[in-house]
Amino acid sequence: MIALPSRKARTESPVHTRAFDLLTLTLALVLGLHASHLPWWLTIALASTLGWRWWQRRRHPGRVPRWLKLPLLVLLTLAVVVHYGNIFGREPGTALAIGLLILKLLEAESARDVRVGISFACFALMAALLFEQGLVATITVALGLLPALATLRALEPAQAQVTLQRSLLPGLGLLAAALPLALLGFLLVPRLSSPLWGAPAPRDARTGLSDNMSPGDFTNLLTDDRPAMRVSFEGTPPSPEQRYFRAYVMWDYDGSRWKYVDIVNRAPVELQASRTLDYQISMEPTHQYVLPMLDMPLDAPASARLRQDRVVMADRPVNDPLTYAGRSAVTYRLQPELGIRARNRGLYLPDGFNPRALALGQSWRQRYGTNDVAIVQAALSLFHDGGFRYTLSPAPLGRDAMDDFLFDTHEGFCEQYSSAFTVLMRAAGIPSRVVTGYQGGYWNTLGRYLLVRYSDAHAWSEVWLAGRGWVRIDPTGAVRPQRVSLGAAAAAGGQLPWYENGWLQSMRNRWDIVNRWWGQGVTGFDALRQRGLLTPFGIRNADTTTLGVLLAISCVLFIALGMMWALLRRQVRDPLRTALRELEHKLARKGIVRRPSEGPQHYLSRAARALPGQRGELDLLMRCYLELRYAHDEPPPESLRDFQHAVRDFRVVRVVK
Amino acid sequence: MRSVLQRMQTWAERRLPALTRYRRPESLPIELHRRRIYIVPTSFGLGFSVLLLVMMVGALNYTNNAALLLTCLLGAASAASMLVAFRSLDGLRLAYVRAGHAVAGEPIELTLVLESHRRRHAIRVDLDQDSTAFAIDANGIAQVVLQLPTLQRGWLPLPRLRLWSSWPLGLFRAWSWLHPEQSILVWPRPETAGPAPHAAADDARHMRLYLGDELAALRDYRAGDSQRHIAWKASARHINLLVKDFEQPQSRPNWQLDWRQLPGLDHEARIARLARWLGEAQAQRRSYSLWLPGNQIASGSGPLHYAHCMSALAQLP
Repeated sequence: MIALPSRKARTESPVHTRAFDLLTLTLALVLGLHASHLPWWLTIALASTLGWRWWQRRRHPGRVPRWLKLPLLVLLTLAVVVHYGNIFGREPGTALAIGLLILKLLEAESARDVRVGISFACFALMAALLFEQGLVATITVALGLLPALATLRALEPAQAQVTLQRSLLPGLGLLAAALPLALLGFLLVPRLSSPLWGAPAPRDARTGLSDNMSPGDFTNLLTDDRPAMRVSFEGTPPSPEQRYFRAYVMWDYDGSRWKYVDIVNRAPVELQASRTLDYQISMEPTHQYVLPMLDMPLDAPASARLRQDRVVMADRPVNDPLTYAGRSAVTYRLQPELGIRARNRGLYLPDGFNPRALALGQSWRQRYGTNDVAIVQAALSLFHDGGFRYTLSPAPLGRDAMDDFLFDTHEGFCEQYSSAFTVLMRAAGIPSRVVTGYQGGYWNTLGRYLLVRYSDAHAWSEVWLAGRGWVRIDPTGAVRPQRVSLGAAAAAGGQLPWYENGWLQSMRNRWDIVNRWWGQGVTGFDALRQRGLLTPFGIRNADTTTLGVLLAISCVLFIALGMMWALLRRQVRDPLRTALRELEHKLARKGIVRRPSEGPQHYLSRAARALPGQRGELDLLMRCYLELRYAHDEPPPESLRDFQHAVRDFRVVRVVK
Repeated sequence: MRSVLQRMQTWAERRLPALTRYRRPESLPIELHRRRIYIVPTSFGLGFSVLLLVMMVGALNYTNNAALLLTCLLGAASAASMLVAFRSLDGLRLAYVRAGHAVAGEPIELTLVLESHRRRHAIRVDLDQDSTAFAIDANGIAQVVLQLPTLQRGWLPLPRLRLWSSWPLGLFRAWSWLHPEQSILVWPRPETAGPAPHAAADDARHMRLYLGDELAALRDYRAGDSQRHIAWKASARHINLLVKDFEQPQSRPNWQLDWRQLPGLDHEARIARLARWLGEAQAQRRSYSLWLPGNQIASGSGPLHYAHCMSALAQLP
């Protein structure tokens, strides 16, 4: 008959202050982790509710009355609905959950309430990772489990009282012990090949490059130093001057704005490649379709298409970190033959804008005749010698933006230069277009990869020259060669925020290898990588069943290990007994075995009789042992050590019969 | 069907002796070991595992590996807490049980003395409705006091005790049954009112005070004390003068309590009356002797004598 412990109806007694303090700490941490994406007023309101409740319960324990709780609940729901428009989805759902969690504290009084609160807090901690899953964020959230575990411990009765800080430590030990099994579970839990329900619609503002460009748009991007992508090359990496990553090709200009128009079903234009390079790009989510490729891509990676201008568009927006392989031509000839329609498109300028720039372009055409290269040179030397300045905060431009820039302000960055250059080329009758993407990056020697940040965003031009096809021309390089050879930070000089300058930035660049490792090893570990996980062990394609069986086997193994630890009982060590055992062992090898019924005195006397040559020694040992054993409660350490030494030095001399 | 169930039961009893064999009384000391410790998840543990499942499905659905890692970490920590719960009972020893005295109908105080080589926390002992938590230090002992309700006089076998713990996180509950083979003696309940015992010489002549012969204690000198009673030797070592204080007079006569003097009553009523007399005699600090069938207790006084007499009464058939 099996009798399980019965649940007794116990009167729920209020929890100890320590447990409540720890619960408050846990919730404060949860709130802190979510503060970055909650509206500021909600964060402040919830934080003050938390603080007030803590203070109130310290003064007199008890639940907060219902007339206070209900209005707060209604107020919270209203606030979320008003702010977000609804209560479903990632942001409003999280805001509501955090709010409810804090309100739960108002009625946390019994152990059961606290347990419910902690479970909910664990869930909220996980939800924080839906917003940010970097290494630092994950470690912070994992450390957030410590007060949660400490709260659960504090609910148990009869334990030693320790300080609040020390009460967090056992949780750390538990988590450390759990880490191997957790990692194994992480590796082997079968990933879903397709989501069970719709992933949350990304309501995030798109990050990174945009598919249209008007001079001045990049200013925010150029100070955003989050990583955009990391590129590793097969073979030697391209030189800094060749690190152009192409995203959008913009033909259409309306006088103020360049625009990319996505034309889906046209074959990519002809590309004659002479030197190619293979590489792999891990890009951060941008919520856009475009995949930046090294200039000039030969073909598109899997689940992406090559557009007519060799712009690569993914089939789905990049909402999660994505890794793709690319192959590009470093020296190439793109579209040696330009059709008449494309030529007209590459020469189009809207009427009534930038008259002075138009006039300048036309004058160059008259001066240099059909020598397109000379016209390009003339434009570049204008930028180089015409008193132009590279700055991230240029003066604002008027309606005829390019005229203002070329003839008045003379200051700007890549957008202004590429835009002005393209307008001049078109005015001079050379087909040209604006290309945006990234240029430069930090080469991490240790990890052998190129780190490209959003601040490396760049815009340049492509002009079509007869016989050479589209040629990349970077007018910014004419003004500020460092932008191309040393990167955006060097070009910007002192115009960047303090943390993007000098040694700190180089430290951050080096530290990025950890982020990359995290991104590749943890956040990028998808179903595909999981299937390839067991290749070294001879399993080519690990399917769900294999993984499940492996997971089960390894869990059993870990449980066995854990059981071994759990069953481990430390033997009470008695050094005196160990020493006597050693002596017995030595004597037993010479045939004097201790009988079960024999006490030490009897046994050693018998041994002394059997070994007359060592009688004195054995008698001494016996007396020593008896004194150590029976004359003291605890044998004095130095006599014990003497006895141990004597036993160790004792040698049985062969008996001559 | 029934035979199948019976066969299963015998099989279970054979395979899991702890559920059955250890429910029979066993002699002290009792040491808990792996074959008699059981673990089940608590209701909170079940709820928490459902939550972990939800978290895992969510993390998988959103292909959020950091969240999955966190969930795995939390799950593994919960599993590890099961082993900690087991370890908090494993190796615990119930050395002995000390019982107090109580009359039938009143709870009797039991002291369990437990020993451990390890430090343990939050272990609870359940005895019927009574539950007590205790902690124990490394190589220390814990004395757990429990109240056991009693109904009738005589030997009361100790009931089963449950030792359990949900340390450290309250997700799992490890428990073990203890059934020490020990009985405790419950004294008879005295009747509430009744006649006083017949005592021949209970009159005023015996009530006068007189100085006893036995030296009882030394006390401070008070004006009027006889010089003969001053303890000179002791006073020399002391600031004040000390006076020898002799045993107070025996103010009450001896009671001879006798089973045979209560002929008109039934068995239990006699015991109840004798118990009341014993209690009164003890309260009045009399000397008393007790005659019971098959047991004669000579005259005496003091708590030990009282306990002896009450125990003799309790053990009457």
